[in-house]
Amino acid sequence: MSDVSDSPIPRHTLGQRIFLFLGTMDLAITLLLALAVASIIGTVLQQNQPYTDYLIKFGPFWFDIFETAGLYDVYSALWFLAILTLLVISTSVCLIRNTPSMLKDMWNLRTHVQEKSLQAMHHKDQWSVDSSVDEAAKELQLELAEQGFRVKQTPKADGILVSAMRGGMNRMGYIFTHLAIVIICLGGLMDSNLPLKFAEWQGTLKIETRDLPINEVPAESRLAVGDQAFRGSIHIPEGRSSDVAFVAMRDGYLIQKLPFKLEVKDFRIEHYATGQPKSFETDLLLYDKEVAEPLATTISVNHPLIYKGYAIYQASFSDGGSELTLEAWPLDQSVGSSPVSFETKVFENRQMSWGQQSLKLEMLSFRPFNINPDPTEEDPDRLRNFGPSFGFKLREESGEAREYLNYMLPVERNGREFYLSGVRSSPAEDFGYLYLPVDSDGGLDTFNRFLRQLRDSELIEKLAGEMAVETLVSMADQSDTLKQSLHDSLATLVAMFVRGGFVEVNDFIETALPEAERDTLGPAYLSMLREMLARVYFSGFDDDELVDDSQLLFLQDAVDVVGSLSRYGAPVFFLLTDYVHVEASGLQVARSPGKPIVYFGCALLITGVFLLFYLPQRRFWMIVKNKESNSMILLAGMSNRNPREFDGYFERMVQKLRQLSGNSKA
Amino acid sequence: MTQIAGTMIDDDSCSLTRWIWYGLMAVAGIVLLSLYSHVLDGYEIAIVVLTAVTLSLLGQNWPGFRQHVAVVAVFSFIALYLYGTDLALAEKDFLLNYILASQSAFMWMSALFVLATLTYFLGLLLRSEFTEKVASALTWSATTMGMVGLMVRWRESYLISPDVGHIPVSNLYEVFILFAVITALLYLFYERRYQIRSLGGFVLLVISAAVAFQLWYTFEKSAHEIQPLVPALQSYWMKIHVPANFVGYGAFSMAAMIGMAYLLMSWRQSVAPNGLIASRLPPLNVMDDLMYKAIALGFAFFTVATILGALWAAEAWGGYWSWDPKETWALIVWLNYAAWLHMRMTKGWHGRPMAWWAVIGLFVTLFAFLGVNMFLSGLHSYGTL
Ligand code: HEM
Repeated sequence: MSDVSDSPIPRHTLGQRIFLFLGTMDLAITLLLALAVASIIGTVLQQNQPYTDYLIKFGPFWFDIFETAGLYDVYSALWFLAILTLLVISTSVCLIRNTPSMLKDMWNLRTHVQEKSLQAMHHKDQWSVDSSVDEAAKELQLELAEQGFRVKQTPKADGILVSAMRGGMNRMGYIFTHLAIVIICLGGLMDSNLPLKFAEWQGTLKIETRDLPINEVPAESRLAVGDQAFRGSIHIPEGRSSDVAFVAMRDGYLIQKLPFKLEVKDFRIEHYATGQPKSFETDLLLYDKEVAEPLATTISVNHPLIYKGYAIYQASFSDGGSELTLEAWPLDQSVGSSPVSFETKVFENRQMSWGQQSLKLEMLSFRPFNINPDPTEEDPDRLRNFGPSFGFKLREESGEAREYLNYMLPVERNGREFYLSGVRSSPAEDFGYLYLPVDSDGGLDTFNRFLRQLRDSELIEKLAGEMAVETLVSMADQSDTLKQSLHDSLATLVAMFVRGGFVEVNDFIETALPEAERDTLGPAYLSMLREMLARVYFSGFDDDELVDDSQLLFLQDAVDVVGSLSRYGAPVFFLLTDYVHVEASGLQVARSPGKPIVYFGCALLITGVFLLFYLPQRRFWMIVKNKESNSMILLAGMSNRNPREFDGYFERMVQKLRQLSGNSKA
Repeated sequence: MTQIAGTMIDDDSCSLTRWIWYGLMAVAGIVLLSLYSHVLDGYEIAIVVLTAVTLSLLGQNWPGFRQHVAVVAVFSFIALYLYGTDLALAEKDFLLNYILASQSAFMWMSALFVLATLTYFLGLLLRSEFTEKVASALTWSATTMGMVGLMVRWRESYLISPDVGHIPVSNLYEVFILFAVITALLYLFYERRYQIRSLGGFVLLVISAAVAFQLWYTFEKSAHEIQPLVPALQSYWMKIHVPANFVGYGAFSMAAMIGMAYLLMSWRQSVAPNGLIASRLPPLNVMDDLMYKAIALGFAFFTVATILGALWAAEAWGGYWSWDPKETWALIVWLNYAAWLHMRMTKGWHGRPMAWWAVIGLFVTLFAFLGVNMFLSGLHSYGTL
């Protein structure tokens, strides 16, 4: 179907040459593969994430380069669209060039073939029959027509040529597939955000990147109701309504006005017996000014509402500002030692004064229950219930913040129970977890008492004194100076431990002790510290109370926690005591005027592909000639697909045709 | 009768058998619809009808397939009967515990596929047609056990609880079995049609690899437990989208394995023209042709599957195309084979370069099928809503 000929190289104008180049197969294949490779980028690098995440991940140098290359939104980057456009142009050119010949080939029965060329074909046969040339030709024609062929007789100089063809639609397959590609891409273009990019480039539209209340978003970042395509999302808390959607663009958003108002009456999650979510549903009310009554309906995943060309989907859910009652358990000594209760809401920010410090508490999230794999690395494969959880940030005056995530159903580890509290200093990190030991009453009192006692300097002094005396009893040297220095060391060790955990104690051993004595004194210091910590822990107990293993384990857990408090970074641990759960339904609102076009293209594509592969075009030619008193038949055939299958087909056809005039001879 | 590799067998069923077959499929479809019409929606009724038609067509000239369907039906009914309504019988009832419960059936399937692979190679090595026929029989049995397992698992999911019940094509574990079964059926179809038993070992190699992965996955991750469907998957689209996809994956895998055999053969022909490989494998042009057929079939089904996926996405995610990693990789696979087909159809490329390309295609396909789930996150990873 190429129009290459062996006439002298024709002189083409530049335009013609470009046209020819665009239609070459080499270009088409290059483009197909280029598109495939380019598409990979967007799957390897997560698209459309917050730009700060990219900045953290790549550092400022690469961040800029990648941004310029459009890698954070590859599929609407100019160079990507250029490849697509070229592909569409190339396919169109190919179509324009090939369609006429394809159409011709579809109908043309090739009545000009010469006997010579039939003889040269791979599939051919020859036999003679008794009937006259006319009769034989007629019989052949009828039989082939019976088999679904289009047939035509052409008188030739010395006989009759019967040409037959079936499966001409195969050629339509080519036209359909390639036309489908063009149509799908054009339909897709209608639904893309290209017009928005264009408006942005012209300066009539500006992407908003600040976190503003809807009514403060400036007009240049707003889109009016219209026919254009968009895909936006909106979170609506239960009992509230909205008539706009947020259209995400790169690192910001635009606000799309809707011609109706959506109210979320109720959002529900149903669960399977195992606790996994079974359905997400929203009861919606849609208020349209043109309609008196609001439309009440329920949407769920896989069951959107389609209204006047707008589709409204259940896409996600989030917290709608749940009310939480928290208890703040001090972990340092700046504000006393008993827990304080207060109320807050998800998404609320409040300033707390904490001793000298001023901290901002930013409530981020709440979930009434978590049936999760274990968030720590202990047992990540098993699902189980971690109870309610809430996330928050504590921001210091310097602006630095750490993020926390507390689970409120104690988890079990080796037979003991703990509250899990995750902490991280940037969203790029994984959470590290603090395990607060839960006492036999199911609370934090025992741990809190231990913490309080560790900070009780009188108690520490007293215990250090007692321990110094008891340690020195067995020694010869019992001077007061030695006793006092041991006493001081013990108290200092405890103080260091409370301040900075084992890290600080070890630092002290590494730096303050003379090198010669480090190896002997170091371990001694650590075991003295442990002894002191145990004395502190057991100081509240009656003397004759029996100490069992569980208390020793609790002590060990509590010591671990105190040892890591400096890394935990917060002066307080929050415990949830009560909540009112308010949910918000995450809706996606979309308009895609190109959809019918794309679907039409898809139907065309499927039809085309099957026509191409499974409807072979088959041709037969028969030259019937007079030979002595008989007629001589020369049969030849060809197929444009699947020569192997055609072998058998040809054979059977020969058999059938030979039987026509019962008395055929070889 | 001995057949020369590459000769085509088209039809050896008499028309009576064929009509009985059509009748059976029609009756099965009608019975199913009349029993369950009250719980099926319009789409599901259409799917039942479509299934009956597909089975009728597949079985019309293919006796092996008819037997396969019949045995699967009988075994599945026995399992259903034994189960009654008590899932706990899976471990108590002898027949269920050792053969018919889905987990046991899958174990049989795995063992039989591996055995069949070895037997095919043994047949090749011994130049024994009989051994190769045994291997074919083993492959049929493995396929049957796999299919029985899927059927029974379908029922088991409903026994856990009616709201948990769903067709077993919803997670990686289940689709691996689907992959093994579909690839084997595709191969068996071509095996009978073109008399290419000596290729069996090569094609089954990819199935055995899938089975090995599957076993690891079962033991390592307890992946075999039936999980309820996340809301996004509760759709009739899943019932057609996933199987269509796996006809594509299966056909591409088969093409790649034939490509491997092709490369091996063309290499052996040049070094040892009278050796085992060169004398036993089908002629190069037959393999070249089969490779094309498999890729064409895969491409057609993959086109359908991707479009079905787009239709589903339009209903579940709010847009027919979101450049989600799985979608994008489907496109990459599709473009790759479109390029392959162009090369072959219009530039007339064939032979070794195309065989290499088909083998590389397997890796692209594999990444779309597995890699995306393992390494990339997106809408298709059903961790969250
Ligand atoms: C996304 C773009 C394209 C897709 C998906 C596509 C798809 C296909 C498919 C599936 C076939 C059938 C192969 C076969 O017959 O076995 C085909 C054939 C063909 N394509 Fe494309 N094509 C695309 C672009 C192009 C372009 C740009 C050209 C022109 C340079 C082109 C020229 C051809 C030709 C000449 C045939 C052979 C038709 C025949 O004789 O059967 N295609 N294409």
